[in-house]
Amino acid sequence: MAAPPRSPGRIAAPGLGGVGDSPPRPDGTLKVTGEFAYASDLWMDGMLWGATLRSPHPRARIASIDIGPALATPGVHAVLTHEDVPGEKVYGLDGTRDQPVLAIGEVRHQGEPVALVAADHPEIARRAMEKIAVEWEVLEPVTDPRAVIADPEGNRVQERGGICRYQPVRVGDVAQAKRRAEVVVSGEYEVGIQDQAFLGPESGLAVPAEDGGLDMYVSTQWMHNDLRQIAPCLGLREDQIRMTLAGVGGAFGGREDLSMQIHAGMLALRTGRPVKMSYNRYESFFGHVHRHPALMRYEYGATRDGRLLYADVEIVLDGGAYTSSTLNVTANAASLGVGPYEIPNISIDAYGVYTNNPPCGAMRGFGAVQACFAYESMMDKLAAACGIGPLEVRRRNAVRQGSRLATGQVIDSPAPLAELLDRLEAMPMPPPPGPSPDIRDLPGGASQTTHGEGVVRGVGYGVGLKNICFSEGFDDYSTARVRLEVIGGEPAALVHTAAAEVGQGLVTLQAQIARTELGVQRVTIHPADNRVGDAGSSSASRQSYMTGGAVKTACEAVRAELLARAGRRLGLDASGLSVRDGKIVARDAEVVASIEEILGGDAIEATREYHHRPTQRMDPVTGQGDSHNQLALCVHRAVVDVDVELGLVKVVELAAVQDVGKIMNPQALEGQIHGGTAQGLGLALMEEIQVTGGRVRNPSFTDYLIPTILDMPPMRLDIVEYPDPHAPYGLRGAGEPPTLSSTPAIVAAIRDATGRPLTRVPVRPEEISLPGGAA
Amino acid sequence: MRVNFTVNGCAQTVDDVWEGESLLYVLRERLGLPGSKNACEQGECGSCTVHLDDVPVCACLVAAGQVEGRRVRTVEGLADRGGERLDPVQEAFVEAGAVQCGFCTPGLVVQAHDLLSRVPDPQDAQIREALAGNLCRCTGYEKILDAVRLAARRKAAAR
Repeated sequence: MAAPPRSPGRIAAPGLGGVGDSPPRPDGTLKVTGEFAYASDLWMDGMLWGATLRSPHPRARIASIDIGPALATPGVHAVLTHEDVPGEKVYGLDGTRDQPVLAIGEVRHQGEPVALVAADHPEIARRAMEKIAVEWEVLEPVTDPRAVIADPEGNRVQERGGICRYQPVRVGDVAQAKRRAEVVVSGEYEVGIQDQAFLGPESGLAVPAEDGGLDMYVSTQWMHNDLRQIAPCLGLREDQIRMTLAGVGGAFGGREDLSMQIHAGMLALRTGRPVKMSYNRYESFFGHVHRHPALMRYEYGATRDGRLLYADVEIVLDGGAYTSSTLNVTANAASLGVGPYEIPNISIDAYGVYTNNPPCGAMRGFGAVQACFAYESMMDKLAAACGIGPLEVRRRNAVRQGSRLATGQVIDSPAPLAELLDRLEAMPMPPPPGPSPDIRDLPGGASQTTHGEGVVRGVGYGVGLKNICFSEGFDDYSTARVRLEVIGGEPAALVHTAAAEVGQGLVTLQAQIARTELGVQRVTIHPADNRVGDAGSSSASRQSYMTGGAVKTACEAVRAELLARAGRRLGLDASGLSVRDGKIVARDAEVVASIEEILGGDAIEATREYHHRPTQRMDPVTGQGDSHNQLALCVHRAVVDVDVELGLVKVVELAAVQDVGKIMNPQALEGQIHGGTAQGLGLALMEEIQVTGGRVRNPSFTDYLIPTILDMPPMRLDIVEYPDPHAPYGLRGAGEPPTLSSTPAIVAAIRDATGRPLTRVPVRPEEISLPGGAA
Repeated sequence: MRVNFTVNGCAQTVDDVWEGESLLYVLRERLGLPGSKNACEQGECGSCTVHLDDVPVCACLVAAGQVEGRRVRTVEGLADRGGERLDPVQEAFVEAGAVQCGFCTPGLVVQAHDLLSRVPDPQDAQIREALAGNLCRCTGYEKILDAVRLAARRKAAAR
């Protein structure tokens, strides 16, 4: 995967293809030719196909299961239930093992896995599943998260109870501030269930090994954490399972939880044959957790000139039946519940609850997205109440370096929100609609629902604050092994980590860092596997920081050894030497040796862990604590055209300004901002898993809509670099923040055009077009 | 059943095809051509787009039996023989940063290739219309537009 350099990007970089450049992705050619092996492409001689029987009910007891007829089907090699789980029968994230591998006597959400089949052909497996006779005793599902808070015991859906986490935040004296406030605004907001909708379905291959263990090829965000959950359930030691990352077709949080891993392992161990499992899109909607839906009540008080005095907030997140990441999502919603604004008195009550609704967990933005829609809607409301502009109200309350978050944590690196807003304001606006617009540019597009009549333009703004890396005391680290040797007469580096490339471009970045730190051109990225230490998850916008930091640190160790050898060989002080363009260079820039001359036939290898600074748990009573490692800001402006009669929206343009600390790879960074913005557009306008009585009504791409190229407008970007002194290269994680702020900006723009309150996302046409909204 | 058709210029005979199998399944699981992707398998995402007698179709919606005697060209057949030289569209996708996870890429490449063969110098609105049936979840489409514009320029320069 050695990547040839190309012309340098707009950032001056030491060496072609180094940090700051945009070299082509090392996996790019394989991906455009169709040769890149995604998990669903894997194939082996003698391979069987696994399939999963899932519950049709959101909540039911299993009176009996008869697998006999299924097992007797020709071409079927195994039919397994919970009784066949070789080890622990439950698993889960963050040590909360509350999710059954296969249902034990009861199902708690629609789509919960009940039984497994392995067969010669996927269609045989499917038909065999239909022959598994399950006798259900259907129960009334718990579907109202507020009812769970009111009566957790009476609405208990599993042993751990009704409330998964209650996290209060208390700052100052809200009751006293309420008496002083000159302006009070309040609102109730709702966020529907968003799906990650990664395109590559959950897939993988489990191959029985001679030692009784398994070789597993899986599509995941965090191999080592998968392994910690898989091994005990399969009754294997972790060293008996060799994990290799198969090609990942997008993730966005949806691969943090296990899907088919243990199931394929069980079938492979039982049959002694390789087993592939690959979900179709329908099953994928049941095969992973989604973004938590949220119910939120906000009340803000301020002075007449729009300076915030207090925030009184309740956030309710519905996590579904099992814990997944609800503990941490709730903490995020609580700690970031009022966003990047200085508020002297705060009361937040954040709840994550268990219900029989679809299971929810990690998705890009992770708890911060939901709160952002509410607090940004509140800022617009406050601006209107005070008679000042939406940008001005945000500037007046904006945090900066030295400000305190709701948790009391002091922001100890740049947080230039006011400047980002100034820059956003300075960006040119798209031209106003002309007298005879191209019909494809209008709401409704080629459906010709309007020729311009009834179309009103609106402009809105959104600001988002996201924590970067894992928070609340987690020992967050990554590991990298770097090897430098001469191959074909040329110095070459090999970088080996377990970090998951999920599309974000981490493989490109690792090579860039190695080029910059080692002064070599040839860098190969070893396939990600568990023969090297834990890299942590490709989530929380943390891999550039953490695995980037680990690769940098390992390269520095290799370089130090190389220079020490050079110093000894040449009789020079190693501290005066550096590497550049494959050469050892003295302080006066004189080339004193080539790397090949110093290395000869030797290799220098170093493995290093990189940990970020410690963080603290939020106090369970006050919510106070330095819980976050790093914080990142993004701001958006949305310009929309709305057909106010039909409620159709065309987003005309999205502009974003983001502080990223340091631009590591301009092209990949822009791709993250574009893509994150598009997912925020989806949440604003169209994306929702619709649920009735705990049942999903739209588990397909026909009925769950994600933005197409017609929905996503052109973007204007302004990227600024205020280095974070705590982070490698000063970088700031960048993948998630744009997903936060684009949603409230778009909704604000529609409000601007229509005057409708729009308190729920995704916005439905009837909320725009019918007087009084959808009611 | 047996199906005879041409894939990327090579005659293929596939035996033991179950009548319910799609062209996509036959390509991916029986012919070792997994480049056409299986993101939705109901014609919504375009990730399985292939040329069937020079017309782009979703391979998931074509029953295997329907391709009897016909020509199919997949993403694997776009590069010059042996994959020595990428098609300008493929090259532009890599260079413009239009590839992230890449799962949508083969379908988009085939669709964009079809567009440029019909409309060598497309306006943005034409590009958007042509690619409206191809879902991408990573890129927000901006760099996909860049890639198609770049490929069009490259192809024009080569003429």
